[in-house]
Amino acid sequence: MTATHDVAPGAGPKRSGTRRRRPLTFDRVSFMVVFLGLPLAIFVIFVISPFVQALYYSLTDWSGFSSGMNFVGFDNYVKLFHDDIFLRAVRNNVELAIVVPLVTIVLSLTLATLVTVGGSGTGTVRGLRNSGFYRIVSFFPYVIPAIVIGLIWAQVFTPGSGILDAVLSKIGLSGFANYAWLGDARTAMPASMFVMIWGGVGFYMVLFIAAIRGIDPEVFEAARIDGAGRFRTAIFLTIPLIRDNVQTAYIYLGIAALDAFVYMQALNPGGGPQNTTLVMPQQLFTTAFTKGQFGYSTAMGVILAAVTMLFALLVFLVNRLTGGSDRKVKVRR
Amino acid sequence: MTTTAGEADVVVRPRASGKRDGEGKGVATTAHIALILWSLLVILPLVWTLLSSFKSTQEILGNPLSLPSKLRFGNYANAWTTAGIGQYFLNTVIVVGSALVLVMVLGAMCAYVLARFQFFGNRVIYYSMLGGLTFPVFLAIVPLFFVLKNFGLLNTLPGLIITYVAFALPFTVFFLHSFFKALPGEVYEAAQIDGAGEWRSFFSVMLPMARPGMASVAIFNFLGLWNQFLLPVALNTNSNNYVLSQGMASFASQAGYAVDFGALFAAVVITVAPVLVVYIFFQRQLQVSVTAGGVK
Repeated sequence: MTATHDVAPGAGPKRSGTRRRRPLTFDRVSFMVVFLGLPLAIFVIFVISPFVQALYYSLTDWSGFSSGMNFVGFDNYVKLFHDDIFLRAVRNNVELAIVVPLVTIVLSLTLATLVTVGGSGTGTVRGLRNSGFYRIVSFFPYVIPAIVIGLIWAQVFTPGSGILDAVLSKIGLSGFANYAWLGDARTAMPASMFVMIWGGVGFYMVLFIAAIRGIDPEVFEAARIDGAGRFRTAIFLTIPLIRDNVQTAYIYLGIAALDAFVYMQALNPGGGPQNTTLVMPQQLFTTAFTKGQFGYSTAMGVILAAVTMLFALLVFLVNRLTGGSDRKVKVRR
Repeated sequence: MTTTAGEADVVVRPRASGKRDGEGKGVATTAHIALILWSLLVILPLVWTLLSSFKSTQEILGNPLSLPSKLRFGNYANAWTTAGIGQYFLNTVIVVGSALVLVMVLGAMCAYVLARFQFFGNRVIYYSMLGGLTFPVFLAIVPLFFVLKNFGLLNTLPGLIITYVAFALPFTVFFLHSFFKALPGEVYEAAQIDGAGEWRSFFSVMLPMARPGMASVAIFNFLGLWNQFLLPVALNTNSNNYVLSQGMASFASQAGYAVDFGALFAAVVITVAPVLVVYIFFQRQLQVSVTAGGVK
């Protein structure tokens, strides 16, 4: 300790003058090369360069394995807007991006509210007793790979051997005795949405519980003393206070819904009855790796990226327009 | 207890007091019922999967609700060897393990430099990493295929590992950046004065201080990589190199014809059980980490 003090004055002025411009020793040069250069090289080669290349390929008629490729401008995009199957996929994705985040957030917010302020007693606002169990169980799906979630539910939905039809006919709904949930155009999409929601609720419930616990309990006390019921408290107090978390959740869920590749591959690899569950990524994947139309498929990738950005922008905008960021300032600790 | 609280309420707001007591209990009961229903919805499919993994294919097709007539552990043997789940499991452990170690080391190094050194281009690099986080992987997947092909890494485990690292890097850097930024500068200065070089300052002084952050990102990354599906399916089509998630998908699509449903359910259990068991033991730590990672 004393030794450092002795050296400090000598080292002091050198440092303060040109703080970061130190002599180039082997130690420092090798340090920068390895610490910054190596990760950056990997990032540029495997992430940035493919993204940039995609923009270019989307303007060509490249079929992949042949070396020939013509620059065709925006032809691919024009073609995409007349491609009924792709447009169907876009529509399905948009449906997913509206329904899945909405239902998942409402459900997980409800469950989170029940856990945090659903406790009995009239004094202090209390969490539900033994709620740890619910939290642990609800979180299960998050540690199960999405593909496996999809496979489990595909089995549950299977007519004949699936548990869903068996349970339904057991309780007297014999009309469902051999109903193909994923094979019927009317139910394929809702059933798929359900699976995605099942996979997401626990995670967001845990996030929201953490957010609600972060609110000053006195705020709830005050609301209670003023006579606000639990429902009113949840709608007018909790949600405005954690709206930033809700916004983040909405964006994450929306992006996941615009992807949905894993779930749909597990539930209906072929795109479902009459393409009712086909999503953009699936169509992109087939177009590229089965049909070998690489130029055309990268154009789909660009559209997918654009829709994703647009979605995020929209969520930000709505949150801002409805009076987002200025309310939280007051009560955050 | 409740009566006194009720009386306290009377003082503040007489009208609300009467129904409060009953309402409190009622709400708690309703809350429990709702949460139990949801828990059942989560658990039942998993329990059914577990039970089915011990049944024969005839039993599964015949009566989905019945209990297995006897515990057929043969399903697990079939899944492990015949269906190749054992090989896929091994591949996954190799790929996810290596990628995790690499991305943690490289990510920490990169985040450290970006957070604590000022140099030309620092901000540009940081924001391009953020950008890499927001674009969908699907945009990159086709060119990525050819990048790997040109390096001779297509359909190889190292190729998969390095791609995993590259795509997990932005989040890791983004998360650890704030951690390194928050570390006190005095400790670094002291290390320098004591004669430690940059390498030593990082590995012996700064990195150990960032341990809580490292643990959170490591857990987050582990689940993300374990869950990865698109990258292996597109970049790793050699069935000897399949990872678990893609092996499961291919097994399930084959099972549609070859039909060894017992083995299919056993494969699901093999995939899910290890992580689920670890989760039950470390659930608190995991939920804290994931919350920290998810809110960012």
